[in-house]
Amino acid sequence: MSADASPDRREFLKDSGRWILLTGAATLAWDFVVQGAPEQAPNYNATDHWWGMIIDIEKCIGCGNCVRACKAENGVPMTDESFRTWVERYTILPDAPEHPIVESPNGGYDGFLDLKQHGDGAKVFFVPKICNHCAHSPCVQVCPVGATFESPDGVVLVDKERCLGCRYCVQACPYGCRYIDPRTETVDKCTLCYHRITKGLTTACCETCPTGARQLVDLKDPKDPVHEFMRTHMINVLKPQMATGSKVYYNALDGAVR
Amino acid sequence: MSGKFRNYEHVLRMAGLFGAGIAIFLVVRWIMVPADFGLYGFYRAGALKEIAAQPITYAGRDACAECHTDVIEVRKGTRHEKVNCESCHGPLATHASGDVANPGKPDPKTVCAPCHAKMTGRPKTQPQLDFKDHAGDAPCIDCHKPHSPKVK
Repeated sequence: MSADASPDRREFLKDSGRWILLTGAATLAWDFVVQGAPEQAPNYNATDHWWGMIIDIEKCIGCGNCVRACKAENGVPMTDESFRTWVERYTILPDAPEHPIVESPNGGYDGFLDLKQHGDGAKVFFVPKICNHCAHSPCVQVCPVGATFESPDGVVLVDKERCLGCRYCVQACPYGCRYIDPRTETVDKCTLCYHRITKGLTTACCETCPTGARQLVDLKDPKDPVHEFMRTHMINVLKPQMATGSKVYYNALDGAVR
Repeated sequence: MSGKFRNYEHVLRMAGLFGAGIAIFLVVRWIMVPADFGLYGFYRAGALKEIAAQPITYAGRDACAECHTDVIEVRKGTRHEKVNCESCHGPLATHASGDVANPGKPDPKTVCAPCHAKMTGRPKTQPQLDFKDHAGDAPCIDCHKPHSPKVK
């Protein structure tokens, strides 16, 4: 330690006095409280949260705002293979309800501006897709080096420093939510805007969704409107038969969506 | 030395090799595994903080509302009330932090189309039309007010 970095006696006594008198969290927050901005203190406690998302298919207008916002917020490469979130358009024709037509031109980044005439009886709707942040995620189970993990607040994250780029998780994800970042050759995926939600903001896709079709929810917060929403709507998850414990809940999800 | 322990040097050599193997393993493990690995689970605990330290691009509606109270007021009770500012204005964290003084306005010719152009699959409740039929090439704001979407 250099001479100018060593604390003088007054500082040392002040700091140690604080640590003795206050709890750990209060000590960390102390400087911010004194400055009159206690809300800026690093008081985020991961175990107090359990993040998820609700997506209302009836409200999605396919504008692609979420896809653009996600790429801008997270620096996702502009290739047509790299998406942390994307929008699909499902077309279910009356004579083939089991075989929907699914299209996602450039992930919905530019919207779906081609008008298609399907005739009467076709059911057409948009399905925004995102990492489901599964509670029992297959991708975490297969990672050999512990590079991908579930955080204590229920977000599936990738540690880019540890990732080898072996692609096991890309194959394991039943929802196709992972891609290889061509710049680093490591895996990347939706972080549920972990840098935003830990600061009290919502995700970039929810922030820019004009109709409120997407909503970030905290399932551990008893005051979150999600509980009321889940009770009063037809909620489903994608591929429930995979028992992944998905935490992205869809309202009005058609059975043909997979 | 006789009986069972006649050739104990062999055993010692084996034990030495075994011990050296364990020692090498421990040293390699100490070098390869980060110190905070396994603190919360089978991952590096420091990764949580690193991921959370990523810079923000979208400031969020609350940041806009701190200064632009007039716009919030204009939008009250209109159909655009719940549309967040950055849905149309784009990412403006640099403006909210004061680094960019005047970020400019969105292009009035293209800003409305993503939500209001006619699109197959769009819910019927969403107001949508063919822009060319409706007003030719004129920008929407010639007639409509974007913050309270009525005809001027």
